[in-house]
Amino acid sequence: MRYGYIFTRLAEMVPVLLIVVVATFFLAHAVPGGPFEKDKRMPAEVKKRLEEYYGLDKPLSAQLVTYVGNLCKGDLGPSLKYPGWSVNEVIGSRIPVSIQLGLSALLIAVLIGIPVGVLAASRPNTWLDWVPMGFTLLGICVPSFVLGPILALVFALGLGWFPPCGWGSPIHFVLPALTLGIVTAAPLARLTRGKVIEAGNQDFVRTARAKGLPERRVWFVHALRNGILPVVTYLGPAAAGLVSGSFVVESLFDVPGLGRLFVSSIVNRDFTLILGTTLVYALALLILNLVADLAKAALDPRIARGGTR
Amino acid sequence: MSGAGSSLVPTETGCQRFRKDPAAFWAGWFLVAVGVACLLSPWIAPYDYQKQDLALGAVGPGAGHWLGTDTLGRDVLSRLLQGGAVSLGVGLVATVVALLVGVLYGVVAGQSGGLVERAMMRTVDILSTLPLTLIVILCMFVFGQNIWMIFLAVGGVSWLTMSRIICTETVALKNRQFVEVSVALGQSKFGVFKKHYLPNLNGIIAIYATLTVPGVMMLEAFVSFLGLGVQAPMTSWGLMIKDGADIMEECPWLLIAPSVVFALTLLSLNFVGDGLRDAFDPRSSKK
Repeated sequence: MRYGYIFTRLAEMVPVLLIVVVATFFLAHAVPGGPFEKDKRMPAEVKKRLEEYYGLDKPLSAQLVTYVGNLCKGDLGPSLKYPGWSVNEVIGSRIPVSIQLGLSALLIAVLIGIPVGVLAASRPNTWLDWVPMGFTLLGICVPSFVLGPILALVFALGLGWFPPCGWGSPIHFVLPALTLGIVTAAPLARLTRGKVIEAGNQDFVRTARAKGLPERRVWFVHALRNGILPVVTYLGPAAAGLVSGSFVVESLFDVPGLGRLFVSSIVNRDFTLILGTTLVYALALLILNLVADLAKAALDPRIARGGTR
Repeated sequence: MSGAGSSLVPTETGCQRFRKDPAAFWAGWFLVAVGVACLLSPWIAPYDYQKQDLALGAVGPGAGHWLGTDTLGRDVLSRLLQGGAVSLGVGLVATVVALLVGVLYGVVAGQSGGLVERAMMRTVDILSTLPLTLIVILCMFVFGQNIWMIFLAVGGVSWLTMSRIICTETVALKNRQFVEVSVALGQSKFGVFKKHYLPNLNGIIAIYATLTVPGVMMLEAFVSFLGLGVQAPMTSWGLMIKDGADIMEECPWLLIAPSVVFALTLLSLNFVGDGLRDAFDPRSSKK
């Protein structure tokens, strides 16, 4: 049963990805400007030769068919702005960076956000609630492009604990991962608190307490498990966003990740790279949403019994 | 534990309960006041928001300029008022779309289940995957450089995660006994939606709606930063925070002033959200 469900969900990804490719393809080509028109003036003849070489002179439908054909073989085509590099190579060099950074940020967010939310929910309308929730509000109000420079100012330039930018050793991704993690932890904590408070008012929590379970177990096992559904739903797209890179944080800390690659590919009108990075994001989103759905079914059997078959 | 839900028949309406919640009530008035001030900014702002005074440059808060001036000598207070009109507008559009489209879409998907739900959720997947930046550039090309584009973009994305969350919650609710009983007793679909889904969903709706607003204000700042949204000399709170962050060591007031206004607005929004949830949820515990 479960395997059948996973299989159908995986099979559904094919048409979804195809629609995303086709739509992004036409979007990218509909936008004015081309990869060879941006910076320096290029002789018309050279431009024509380049377009011929990359097949950009053919009709759009023919280009799309070629692209999808190559895609089926796992070939994302040549990059138009990084001569001599294939999109597979360009993206492949960035993916490990973004995944490392994204997963550490995700870990930080979950480890801070969920416990803080449960803690606040267990003592609603007391200082234990107000103080952590005040901090989460701060986390929501302070965007990454403010938090990042502040962290860099304090921990890199002030205390000198971490390098302010760059990439290479694990110590480099402390500050960017913290920035992304804190920014993601704040909404997580608020979502957790709201749902756990609701769960805490229900009979089964009273029963759990009446059985003599310790408070910690009542909140973190009984109430949390019933309140965590929207948190998991939220985590699906949020995790996809994290592992596919953040333009702002990567620019701030000079991290060679996917987020900057994506934005620069759009600015450069590097058609194949736009499609490649979009596909990576789409794949991450679909897979992580599937993981989130499976986690929800495992946490709440009522969902498995009900609709999502 | 004892709550307003002690009686099954509410004796007062949600609006009456909302008015009795002082934090939510005053936060609501604060939001209204900020909104009105921003809307009236062309008439009540102390200076013209785009008037430069290069000789003056950036000065801190003082008598002439209450909140100081930026590096081009423009009055920060006047710019805050003008930027607020953009940012609050973006937040309002996002909230309305997330509430109307996101909630309805999520409930319908979760309630239908099966193929319909899956088709609807895959559509959300596709929409959240398409590169927003490209779409905004394309819209600018087709409709011209226009501030309304930013509202369109924000409205287009703000409902996606909301619908996903509501869908999951609806699926979990659908199998609860009170919903099954209600359906078995012949309650219409809309009746079930109004009597059972909405009251049980309003907590999560209120929380996620208040989370959507800062998200889209930052999205607007990002899109504007790429040169696709609000154009100089116009500004928005997100852009002012962004610009302020770049020179926070030299001119901290350029970061502090917009950040404080932004934070106060979000804080009020949270109070209003909590108040509305409590007012319309007879079950939720109140002190």
